[in-house]
Amino acid sequence: MSELDDLYQEVILDHNKSPRNYRVLANANRKAEGYNPLCGDHVTVYVKLDDGVIQDIAFQGSGCAISKASASLMTAELKGKTEAAAEDLFEGVHKMLTGDPEANHENVGKLKILAGVCKFPARVKCASLAWHTVNAALKGESQPATTE
Amino acid sequence: MKAASQYLGSVRTFDVMRLREDFPILRQKVHGKPLVYLDNGATSQKPQAVIDALNHYYTAENSNIHRGVHYLSERATAAYEAAREKVGRFINAETEQEIVFVRGTTEAINLVTQSYGRTFIKVGDEIIVSALEHHSNIVPWQILCEQTGAKLRVIPINHKGELVLEEFSRLLNEKTKFVSIAHVSNALGTIVPIKEIIRAAHERRIPVLVDGAQAVPHLRVDVRDLDCDFYAFSGHKMFGPTGVGILYGRRELLDAMPPYQAGGDMISLVTFEKTHYNVLPYKFEAGTPNIAGGIGLGAAIDYLLALDWEGLAAHEHRLLSYATDALASIDGLRVIGTAAEKAGVLSFVFDSVHAHDVGTILDQEGVAVRAGHHCAMPVMQRFGVPATTRASFALYNTTAEIDVLAQAIHRVRKVFG
Repeated sequence: MSELDDLYQEVILDHNKSPRNYRVLANANRKAEGYNPLCGDHVTVYVKLDDGVIQDIAFQGSGCAISKASASLMTAELKGKTEAAAEDLFEGVHKMLTGDPEANHENVGKLKILAGVCKFPARVKCASLAWHTVNAALKGESQPATTE
Repeated sequence: MKAASQYLGSVRTFDVMRLREDFPILRQKVHGKPLVYLDNGATSQKPQAVIDALNHYYTAENSNIHRGVHYLSERATAAYEAAREKVGRFINAETEQEIVFVRGTTEAINLVTQSYGRTFIKVGDEIIVSALEHHSNIVPWQILCEQTGAKLRVIPINHKGELVLEEFSRLLNEKTKFVSIAHVSNALGTIVPIKEIIRAAHERRIPVLVDGAQAVPHLRVDVRDLDCDFYAFSGHKMFGPTGVGILYGRRELLDAMPPYQAGGDMISLVTFEKTHYNVLPYKFEAGTPNIAGGIGLGAAIDYLLALDWEGLAAHEHRLLSYATDALASIDGLRVIGTAAEKAGVLSFVFDSVHAHDVGTILDQEGVAVRAGHHCAMPVMQRFGVPATTRASFALYNTTAEIDVLAQAIHRVRKVFG
């Protein structure tokens, strides 16, 4: 498979076309915005966190196929996970995207589909934007997010 | 100083294939495909003559300028000052005292906002820019507005990406104290009728800065014919090295302005009681400059002036119209920026595929383009797109390369279905 086919796999193109959990989460109690000033990509992540468990998660935003698919796959994977498990996953995905030799693609579930990104250094930030954003949301104040 | 026109004319007729041989980087392959370099709006490639000039300087002349009494310093100083004269001739300045070496267009504009602006612009004054400016001709003015209490006014653009000049006339009033406008838009390619703008501003005695970063590689610029007060440009977009650029300023304005940065070389006498500033242009050149860069820029100008400019203009015009036709015939592709007068820039959106994805796929075909907001986010907002893909041409590009670009765009459709 060429590096390009590796990057734009069927699953990624599908998540780009029909992103999962792409909506405003009305009962979210955590929310953060992520922004990549380099390219103008923008994402908002909504989380409903109860007793340290991600009960529900959603996102909205604009960006390239990689950033959208990464955010979509992320919400699907994080739903039902504890905060601690989410942090572990964040670390695992980050290692995979940056081509860290210690990365273990078997630890990141379905997200291993994004492994091809590490061959495209200019696109790593596209794939990691949603992850940095959810991280910020989870670390944020535990106040109900406004649902405007 | 001799008139620029004396240096024009055909040393040789324009032959793009022969000219490409002057640019060694163009011979390489990228991802196994011949490099098709269409990111000239970001930076241009360098001819061997410029690379040799840098090499020669560091091999044979490296020394600090304006201070040594030794042989090398004298040679380096002479080479650097010769480059300044070349720049002066290139844009037809009255004297090389009006040619200030800076790092690039961005620094040139910051010099004007911080030196001229902070001295002469007051609370309630108005500064006019346009809706197609690069961030570097917006943000320095916004900072000046914060510092002084002045207000920024913006000339709108129409759906083609042309300035709405009637709106400019409406914006001009007794509070207007400065106009700062791009000569050529980096995101859209629009050639702005700056002569007309300068004439209207001067009727009200308002000074005008022209951001010429995207103009100098394509158009013959004559600052006296334009009658501009400041003209800013970068070396690296006109086949010279990075890290060197030019601020041209009308002498009486530069004379009235305080220094921008302070340090060595910009002074004539320093005591702890009082410091006297150096004469123009050195008053604005604190510290050891990019000597090699200046000399390299001089070599780039020598290279440009030896070209057949009529042939070059015809070639670039043909490239743009060929590319416009080739891309416009692709289903789902929309060109952003369709001004009647354009320089070699073609910005587009393709289906609903994000520019980043287009850029990555084109790169796999060896085609280098820019994808993003091009440091012109207000332009993207005006056209309601988050980003565009931009192909920008230089004198060494060919119509065959545009065919490769068009084929590569078809590959994007294959990937995205």
